[in-house]
Amino acid sequence: MTFTPRPSPGSRLGRWLLAPAVVTLFLWMIVPLAMTVWFSLIRYNLMQPGEHGFVGLENFHYFATDPDFWPAVAHTLQLLASVIAITVVLGVGLALLVNEPFPGRGIVRVLLISPFFVMPTVNALLWKHMMMNPIYGLLAQLWQFFGAEPVDWLTDVPMLSVVIMLSWQWLPFACLVFITALQSLDREMLDAARLDGANRFQQFRHFVLPHLGRSIAVVVMIEMIFLMSVFAEIFTTTSGGPGNESTNLAFLVYKQALMNFDVGVASAGALIAVLLANIAAVFLIRLVGKNLD
Amino acid sequence: MNPRSFPWVRTVCAWTAALLLFFPLFWLGLTAFKTEMQAIAVPPQLFFTPTLDTFAEVHARSDYLAHARNSLVSSAASTVLGLLIAAPAAYAMVFFRTPNTRGLLMWMLSTKMMPAVGALLPVYVLAQATGLLDSLWSLVVVFTLTNLPIMVWMLYSAFKDVPREIIEASRLDGASVGAEFRHVVLPLTKGGIASTGLLCLVLAWNEAFWSLNLTSANAATLAGLIASYASPEGLFWAKLSAASLLAIAPIVVFGWCCQKQLVQGMTFGAMK
Repeated sequence: MTFTPRPSPGSRLGRWLLAPAVVTLFLWMIVPLAMTVWFSLIRYNLMQPGEHGFVGLENFHYFATDPDFWPAVAHTLQLLASVIAITVVLGVGLALLVNEPFPGRGIVRVLLISPFFVMPTVNALLWKHMMMNPIYGLLAQLWQFFGAEPVDWLTDVPMLSVVIMLSWQWLPFACLVFITALQSLDREMLDAARLDGANRFQQFRHFVLPHLGRSIAVVVMIEMIFLMSVFAEIFTTTSGGPGNESTNLAFLVYKQALMNFDVGVASAGALIAVLLANIAAVFLIRLVGKNLD
Repeated sequence: MNPRSFPWVRTVCAWTAALLLFFPLFWLGLTAFKTEMQAIAVPPQLFFTPTLDTFAEVHARSDYLAHARNSLVSSAASTVLGLLIAAPAAYAMVFFRTPNTRGLLMWMLSTKMMPAVGALLPVYVLAQATGLLDSLWSLVVVFTLTNLPIMVWMLYSAFKDVPREIIEASRLDGASVGAEFRHVVLPLTKGGIASTGLLCLVLAWNEAFWSLNLTSANAATLAGLIASYASPEGLFWAKLSAASLLAIAPIVVFGWCCQKQLVQGMTFGAMK
């Protein structure tokens, strides 16, 4: 896309307009990063004050050989993949459902998107206690009503529990984006296809889905950004447990920093997490980047 | 897709899905008006005599209004500040485009991929050193910075939808950049700017990680209020629900009111 080029003052102006955002974000990235790099190279345990010797890559070695490390990487990816898959599939379905008029459509739309406005901590506590408590929780009562043995969600299936909470939170967001996208669907093309005898599945496959492609890419990208470092939901519900069964990378770093008081190892862990996030980002940009122009 | 043939199937499915998704919130609201005994009754009680005692207890125990004010100030201020920084940047990206623009946008988004836990210690140390720990300023700064990439992206998409003929015409007329923004771009992108602000307001209001770690007494937001009811007495469900309801009600109601606006603006450049 090209515009009539302004004379050179224009591009200087462009730089001035960009400067505040670029400078603040650069500082926000580089200052903590530099400090983290420094912390990661020294011995820095809050329980052993005064010892700040240079230890090279020892902290990295310690973090990466921690038996919790690879499970945490796996859990991070599992969370990402499951929540994104669930929210995209159900989100498209729900958006299609409310895209046509029916009685009460406005209220349905309001109800559908409500969970997105709920804070993660409230979301987590609500599900942990009132829904998933093995004795008093509604799900336990429901299971019992149908004669099944109640499930102790957070203990028996901790990852599934976290996935349910996160999906509940992010489904409305996906839905919102897809509803927005469907509003610009070309109705006449769809009608023409129907008159030509295309069935619903064919209409969806050949018109609706391609139209939603970019929105799906956007939802994947934004959810990935937020889900990569899920913290509050895990902290409030399972605390990464039982054992390490629901510990993701963000929570593992937190555990090192604030439970083991080892700033050095935690910083090394944070850098590893940043590295992995950036690898994911490169793939994402390949995947989504071309959809942004 | 073929509404006239099965309106009732669509109606039943949509209402079922909506009620299922909304149910946990409905139950939270209901529990807030129960006594503690009713809250954990087996079988669960749908009909009961509502009580306001839980709210009285929450009110007696914590200063709801102070927390709410902190949430409101930090999220509103960070949204305004964010818009002031992001709008010029997005504007430059669209209207003074260079070959680096896309890379710049991607870099901005990539700063959001850093897990907050990774930056916690340095930011905590810096906040302490500058005396901004437990102050609303630190929250405003952090919320602004964490939302900035999303804001730039959303505004970039909004500005990009302005037909370039209009811009070119105004440039040929010799309009200054300020005038171009005020009279041409702003009126055409009001919707996109509004939904950018709305989304960031919601994200800042609901932010928990930084507000819990950077504030304690003075600047604690509603997330802090909830945390104080979470443990160790998390089993007092009625009080927990009442506090939660108070914490989420303002933003949920606000979201309901702005729903139409949000639905129109969440394109993220995905529309063509």
